[in-house]
Amino acid sequence: MTYFIDRRANAKHKSAVNRQRFLDRYRTRIKRSVEEAVNRRSITDMERGEKVSIPARDISEPVFQHGPGGERAIVAPGNKEFVEGDRLRRPGGGGGGDGSGEGSASNQGEGVDEFAFTLSREEFLDFVFDGLELPHLERKNLVDLDEVRQVRAGVSRDGTPARINIVRSMREAQARRIAMRAPIRRALREAVEALAEEERKDPVLRNPARISELKEEIERLEKRLEAVPFIDTYDLRYNNLIDQPQPSSKAVMFCVMDVSGSMTQAHKDIAKRFYLLLYLFLERNYEKVELVFVRHHTAAKEVDEEEFFYSRETGGTIVSSALTLVDEIIEARYPAGQWNLYVAQASDGDNWDDDSVACRKLLVERLMPRLQYFTYVEITPHAHQALWEEYERVEAEYDKRFAMRQIVEAGDIYPVFRELFKRRVAP
Amino acid sequence: MTRRQPIATGSDWNFEILDAFEHEIARLADEYRLDTYPNQIEVITTEQMMDAYASVGMPVGYHHWSFGKQFLAVEQAYRRGQMGLAYELVINSDPCIAYLMEENTLMMQVLVMAHACYGHNSFFKGNYLFRTWTDAPSIVDYLVFARKYISECEERHGVEAVEQLLDACHALQNYGVDRYKRPSPVSAEEESRRQTEREEHLQAQVNMLWRTIPGRPRGDALAGMVDEEDPLGLHGGGRYPPEPQENLLYFIEKNAPLLAPWQREVVRIVRKLAQYFYPQRQTQVMNEGWACFWHYTLMNRLYEEGLVDEGLMLEFLQSHTSVVQQPAFDSPYFSGINPYALGFAIFTDLKRICEAPTQEDREWFPDTAGSDWRETLEFAMRNFKDESFIQQFLSPKVMRDLKLFMVVDDDQEEMLEVAAIHDERGYRRLRDSLSVQYALAVREPNIQVYAADIRGDRSLTLRHVQDGRRPLARSVYPVIRHLHQLWGFPVRLESVEDDEVVRRYHWPLAEEERRE
Repeated sequence: MTYFIDRRANAKHKSAVNRQRFLDRYRTRIKRSVEEAVNRRSITDMERGEKVSIPARDISEPVFQHGPGGERAIVAPGNKEFVEGDRLRRPGGGGGGDGSGEGSASNQGEGVDEFAFTLSREEFLDFVFDGLELPHLERKNLVDLDEVRQVRAGVSRDGTPARINIVRSMREAQARRIAMRAPIRRALREAVEALAEEERKDPVLRNPARISELKEEIERLEKRLEAVPFIDTYDLRYNNLIDQPQPSSKAVMFCVMDVSGSMTQAHKDIAKRFYLLLYLFLERNYEKVELVFVRHHTAAKEVDEEEFFYSRETGGTIVSSALTLVDEIIEARYPAGQWNLYVAQASDGDNWDDDSVACRKLLVERLMPRLQYFTYVEITPHAHQALWEEYERVEAEYDKRFAMRQIVEAGDIYPVFRELFKRRVAP
Repeated sequence: MTRRQPIATGSDWNFEILDAFEHEIARLADEYRLDTYPNQIEVITTEQMMDAYASVGMPVGYHHWSFGKQFLAVEQAYRRGQMGLAYELVINSDPCIAYLMEENTLMMQVLVMAHACYGHNSFFKGNYLFRTWTDAPSIVDYLVFARKYISECEERHGVEAVEQLLDACHALQNYGVDRYKRPSPVSAEEESRRQTEREEHLQAQVNMLWRTIPGRPRGDALAGMVDEEDPLGLHGGGRYPPEPQENLLYFIEKNAPLLAPWQREVVRIVRKLAQYFYPQRQTQVMNEGWACFWHYTLMNRLYEEGLVDEGLMLEFLQSHTSVVQQPAFDSPYFSGINPYALGFAIFTDLKRICEAPTQEDREWFPDTAGSDWRETLEFAMRNFKDESFIQQFLSPKVMRDLKLFMVVDDDQEEMLEVAAIHDERGYRRLRDSLSVQYALAVREPNIQVYAADIRGDRSLTLRHVQDGRRPLARSVYPVIRHLHQLWGFPVRLESVEDDEVVRRYHWPLAEEERRE
């Protein structure tokens, strides 16, 4: 008695729960690997999984086992030159020799030092954001309609020759020809019939004047028939295109960061996650996202990602220098009508006192009118300084497009984005 | 014999072809009087195969992180190409469930059917250990019960609490078996029906055991009579348990003072499943050897009858030889004795001894030489486990073929000594030694419950009887920590050599030890 069952269509991922249990159990360790990966990878390169290794001894399942030592006999295959009574040196490693059958090996599972496995993309991101559930990053209706796109809108009588619609034009011409020729044809047919009737009469009874009159008529009608044009200007039809406002599919994200001496690498790592989250959000909303990295201390500079996060600088802090540079870059490369502009700024809150006022002015007058959104995170456990206070005034003015948040550790980033996502949900 | 048309050629298969082959294999197996459970052959994908591997082949199982770890390990090894998933996975159940992976070639499918559905299947049905220890018709139901019960516990008591309990039980599951007593078979229906009843009964027993009110003073008028409140005399003095207990989990289930009823039930589930796998751990060589012997025999018969062509046969031989290959001890591929190779060699040689015995065979196997091979093999399959099977049937020829030799490793000597090789003087010692190597009692440290201090600090003492002065591995600490978690009071472990305690372990550690 045998029967076959095709189970291929059955649910896969039967081990999904167990897999998740495993990941949860070694959360801290896996998280460390993920953090290293985040620091190693570029912001734009987070959309894939990651290979993670855990030392095997940390995840072993202990059972009672024989340890090395004592006296034991081992039977092994493949004797070549030994005879009874031979004495051998212990094989290296000091483990007292292995190969005691499968007894010792099988209990431990794999005899490898590192237990390596691959995290899926979702699991990876989950660890990056420390289990915070990412909001559903769907495409949402963004409310910026400056860019136009031409779309088809039927046919029209006017247009440029380049957009002529041949099929429609020829159809018009044919209709016109049929309409214009019909009465002429009818008259012609009548004239031809009348002529034929006249010519069928007895020659004595014929009216020569009538005949020549009819012949002239026929000739005249045939000329008129030929004079109907094959195609006329009235016939021409053109494809019609109209302009339709379109949400821009391009976005640019300015990452602005203070790199003065007071910003440590830990600060920068937190900032990186903050930029990363914004990037992931933008990436799902726009077809194309460009990144511009602007770092500043007393002077601002546009740099590449590597330099942005990892090169060290010292010195004081003038935030307005960065905002001015952002403004210049927008002016030069990213006209607000074509690009959705996002600025994400991270700092420890230090600024030269009189500069903060300049920052507010710059924001209110130059930047905010053009930006989609401005986010500011202050990575500090300390009390706020002048910059924060000035920014609060900006927030009061642009509360729909300006978010600021104090962050002490990476987990605090998320609320900033909760705000952002909440507001941007389709109206 | 008339040569027929091959049923199919090439490497593609479909269900009709599989069915036709299965039919032929069944006919041949019947000719050899192989007694099997009905077969349930499931065609699955690679991923499903990895799932199956991760859960020790069980079609349903409770959730635990260690299965997830197993899955990740299998997946990684498979992706890297370190491991073929192909060979076989078969479950000792009735009907006997075997898996065919969809991407296997036709040859592989036919081979797996012969190996698993007729080889292993008949072993499960015939071997005395399986007959005694497992109840094939009810295992799947029991697994369903276990899964349901554990997930209910997770809902009621939290995933973490259940996970910790399972961790502790898993650490001791090899000590959850009665080695000599025949257990009652697992039955899901019975389990659920009796579960509540059992909970109450068990708890009552435990309560009595741990009763803290001191017993009536002895020596009064009642001294000679049975104490009604203490019929077992638990509080009357003497050691408890009176005899050492080898089944640690059973002892915990019945006696641990602080476990809640549901925790006792979980201990019981792990224990019952350990018991189900117990025969497999003891019959690896025989089971694989038997299955290899039959797939080899059946495939050759298919070929003789012209049901498979040369191409398929060559592919089969290539696969078969790599499975039963035994690398030498100094080969980089060596990882112990290959149970497939050893088992196949012994069964094959046993057949030869029956059919074409030499003078040597007549001396070594006077009863077997020249007997009916089919009956002799059946007898060997039914009535032995690895340990006794090797002791009984490992022939000098197999020892010579495998070039077996024995090395004694004594940590008090500077050098290893070759104690025996495959020659006249060594055969018997080799055979004894290899047989012992497969005895579970030697492979795993012999640890038993020695005493539970029911009148004092409630500590539990285990005894490890050392074998050839072999100490316990470092893993002893994590394991007794788990045991402590189950027991709830201090746990001690003593290693004993010649009735003398040579090493003591205990948990929890005292303060000064912690700091070290």
